Parts: sequence; C-alpha cells; structure tokens
Amino acid sequence: MSRNEAFITGIGQSEIGVRLERHPLLLTVDAVKEALQEAGLTIDQIDGVSTYPGRASGMLGFSPIGSDELIDALGMKTTWYAGGGEITSQLGAVVAAADAVRTGQARHVICYRTVYEAAAFTKPDEYPMPKRDRVDSYSQWLAPFGAISAANWTAQYAMRHVKKYGLTREQLAQISLTDRANAALNPKALVREPLTMDEYMSARMISTPLCLFDCDRYTDASTVLIVSAGDALDEVKCTPVRIAAMAGSVDRHSWDQAEWMASYATGRDLWKRTDYTPADVDTVQLYDGFSFLTLTWLEALGFCEVGEGGKFIEGGQRIALDGELPLNTFGGQIGAGRLHGFGFAHEAVVQLRGLGGDRQIEGDPKVAIATSGGGPLATALLLAKD
Amino acid sequence: MSNRPLPRLDSVNRDFWTCGADSELRLQHCNDCQQFFHPPRPVCRHCLSENVGPKAVAGTGVVDTYTVNYQKWHPAIEVPFIIARIAIDGAPGVYLTSNVIGCEIDDVDIGDKVQVTFELQDDVYLPLFEKVS
Ligand SMILES: [Zn+2]
Repeated sequence: MSRNEAFITGIGQSEIGVRLERHPLLLTVDAVKEALQEAGLTIDQIDGVSTYPGRASGMLGFSPIGSDELIDALGMKTTWYAGGGEITSQLGAVVAAADAVRTGQARHVICYRTVYEAAAFTKPDEYPMPKRDRVDSYSQWLAPFGAISAANWTAQYAMRHVKKYGLTREQLAQISLTDRANAALNPKALVREPLTMDEYMSARMISTPLCLFDCDRYTDASTVLIVSAGDALDEVKCTPVRIAAMAGSVDRHSWDQAEWMASYATGRDLWKRTDYTPADVDTVQLYDGFSFLTLTWLEALGFCEVGEGGKFIEGGQRIALDGELPLNTFGGQIGAGRLHGFGFAHEAVVQLRGLGGDRQIEGDPKVAIATSGGGPLATALLLAKD
Repeated sequence: MSNRPLPRLDSVNRDFWTCGADSELRLQHCNDCQQFFHPPRPVCRHCLSENVGPKAVAGTGVVDTYTVNYQKWHPAIEVPFIIARIAIDGAPGVYLTSNVIGCEIDDVDIGDKVQVTFELQDDVYLPLFEKVS
C-alpha cells in the first residue's frame, strides 16, 4: 500500500425514507457518526470535507446541507474542503477528496451527499420550489419544449438503443427487477417488495421507452464515505478499500449536443489507469437514476460491446446476486432510494468488507466498481481490497 | 402548448429565439472556419474566433432520436407529446431539442425528415418541427 494512494475507510448511512421529519443536518450527522465509529476515528481527526453539489439555495431539498455548514456545525478544524456541482457528477466529490489526501492537503476527508427531496415537498415554507419567470442556462434549450425532466433527456438516448440495437423493454426490465430483488434483502431499502415482469410490462409510461419503474424517486437520506491517506491508515481500524483508479469525463456538458453519453469515455479511461481488467471485477454498483443509465455503464465499462447491453442482461441471471456479475446489490436507487450517487460507493465497500448480510455476494470479493451519473457527466471508481 | 417555460433573452441568445419573426431559422456561425455551432456564444467552439454571428439555414432536418412524453411535469403542458432531437441540415454536429407536431404521437421515427415551423409565445418564436414527406 503506497502512502501516495487514497483509501475509503469508514462508511455511514442515515435512515432512508420519504418525508422524514428528522432535520437533514441530523441525517448527515447520523451518517458521519456511523462512519467515524466504523473507522475508529474521532471528529478531531477529520481535516477535510467534500460534497456534491454543495448547498443548493434555489432547490434546497436537492442539497440542503453545504460543506461549510457541516464543518462549522461539528466544530471541525479542516485544512481542505470542497463542494460544488461543476464536477464530473456526484462521486466527483470523492475524486476530489482522493486527490487532496494524495497530495497531503488532508489525511481523513468526510465525503457526503445529503438529499431531502421527498421531505421538501411537504415543507414548502422551509423548502420553496424554485419560481422563475424565465429559464436560462442549459434549461432554455430543453424546458420550452416540455423536456423538463432528466427522464426525457435519458429516454432519447434509450430510444436510440431501441431503434438502432433492438433493445427491448423485457431486456431493460432486468435492471429494475434486479434492483428490486436486491432491495428486498436490504433492511434499509426504501422499497422492500420485489417487482415482477408483469408489473413492469404493464406500468405506465413516463417518457418512452422509460416507464415508471425505470425511474428512481425522491428520497431523504445521507451517505458518508471517509477518504483517508495511505500514510494515515494506522489510525484506522476498519479494512481500508483502495481507490485503485478513478475516471470522469465530460463529452459536452449538454443533454442534446453530445453524440454519446459521458459514461462511455469514462469507462474507457478507467481501464487505462489500472492493471485490473473487467474480468477481475467481482461486483458492479452502477448509477440507476434511470435504469437505462445502468445498461450504458455495463457497455461503457467493457463488460459487453456497445449496443449489446440488452442481450447482456437478458433473463437477469448474469447480474443477479448469485450471477457472474452481481449488480446494485443494495437495490440501487430504484430499490434502495435516490441516495444520488453515493449509495453505489457505499455498497461497493460493504460488499468488499463482507458486511452485506442477506445480500452479501458469495466468495471473497476483492474488486468492485462504483459509478455516478452517466448522461453529460460521469464518474467511475475502481475499488480494490488488495 | 401555450404556456411553455420561456427562455430569458439576452444579447447572445436573442437572435436564435426571435429569428422566427423573419420566418427563417438562424444558427450561430463562424465566419472564419465556416462552421455552425450551438448553443450560440460570442466565440467559435471550433477555432476560437470571435468573428461569429447568426446565419440562416434551410430549416430542414432529420429526427436523430425522440421520446413520447406521458408524464405531466408541468401543469400547463398537455400530454402526451413528442420530444425530438433534430439534426439540422447544413449544420453538421448541431442538434435542436424540440417537438414534432402535426402528426400522431406514434407516427414519428428516427430518420424522419422534418421542417421548422415557428410558434410565437410572448416575445419568443419557438422553433418546432413538422414531418415532410
Ligand atoms: Zn470557427
């Protein structure tokens, strides 16, 4: 283990729910305390904080707790911190933290993502919906045409797969079915009931070819990952998980000018930065804000050819908990809740530590991938217990 | 759709959102490298020239991909409707997200040829597209 490398040490997660009454700062504190306890660290040993996308004042439920508030609220003495949305998606916050500990700017960084989107709807006075007379920035090219949701933007890429590569709904369903089957084994998951193919096929359409069950939904929760420096591991009591490679790409930061989604360049770049290959990977935790994003990640990371994702997951056995490439073993965002990117890295660490309980995969997994995003923004982490 | 969310007009995007008043579609164009780019900006993304400005295109294009939206995201917008990404003829690499109108929702496909038509709402001319045979 090189001192110049970065490791995920403690991990933590608050309760996951919808319309939670607990204050989002306290949900964050719940996750921080769990992560500190697992790592055997105290808050005084934390000298960095990193989050995505920082406090979103125009859309508070999306990100209610900024890093400077958390630092001050917990009396931390930080030497480095970061929080912003102009980064290669949610797990970009972990990439930034890894760079900070590798360059000696911090030793132990709390990385967190707190979401309060479900509760925000019930508290419009505290969490007002954005009111704008006019749209600007990138929204101006989409919203006037009713393309208001990321579901619409993702659906158009999915339709290209349907028409060009013959992707079927029965194939795509396997992402959501797998998520929901795994969520049934995760005591914290938002949805504990499995989903049947009949339910999926008869679901109402949101934006063709995506139906209701292809989408995650608003959730309240906080997830924490502590990123530690290689020369600080003697302070940590849990099994460190090495960040063996990182990649994040922006093709064009646009949902309609980019020929391909950013996941494809990200997957390609990840394998340039490691001696590991796709054959070494024991489990994949791939962003599923929409099921189709997960399918493109499987292609992008080289588990199958571009356009072959539908055939790769057909029948679902390959990506099942006992399959050759267990996928989203905690239930993904579709099953466990919209933890917004951080849930994937959290679960990768759970599996590599053998702490998955009823959902723990067989054998002794050593290599995992966690991703976030997949549209115009994408991040991939290769995580190894070596 | 008569209550679409509208763009805030500024010095850079105004020509695009009002060119329909002249019944032509104009895109930002570089007078040095002769390439179009979108969204409009005061610098060319191909050669970094500032010698740029709006230039008319034929107004035809091809459906690059599409989706039929069924979810009522916006109280004033009736569903279902077709959202499409249109590859603009004569402007390689430029796509416009828009609506295909004037046809049944199941009568659109990738590769369909379309022609711009403008819908005026307040001070904004929205470029929409109709199928051509
Ligand atoms: Zn130019």
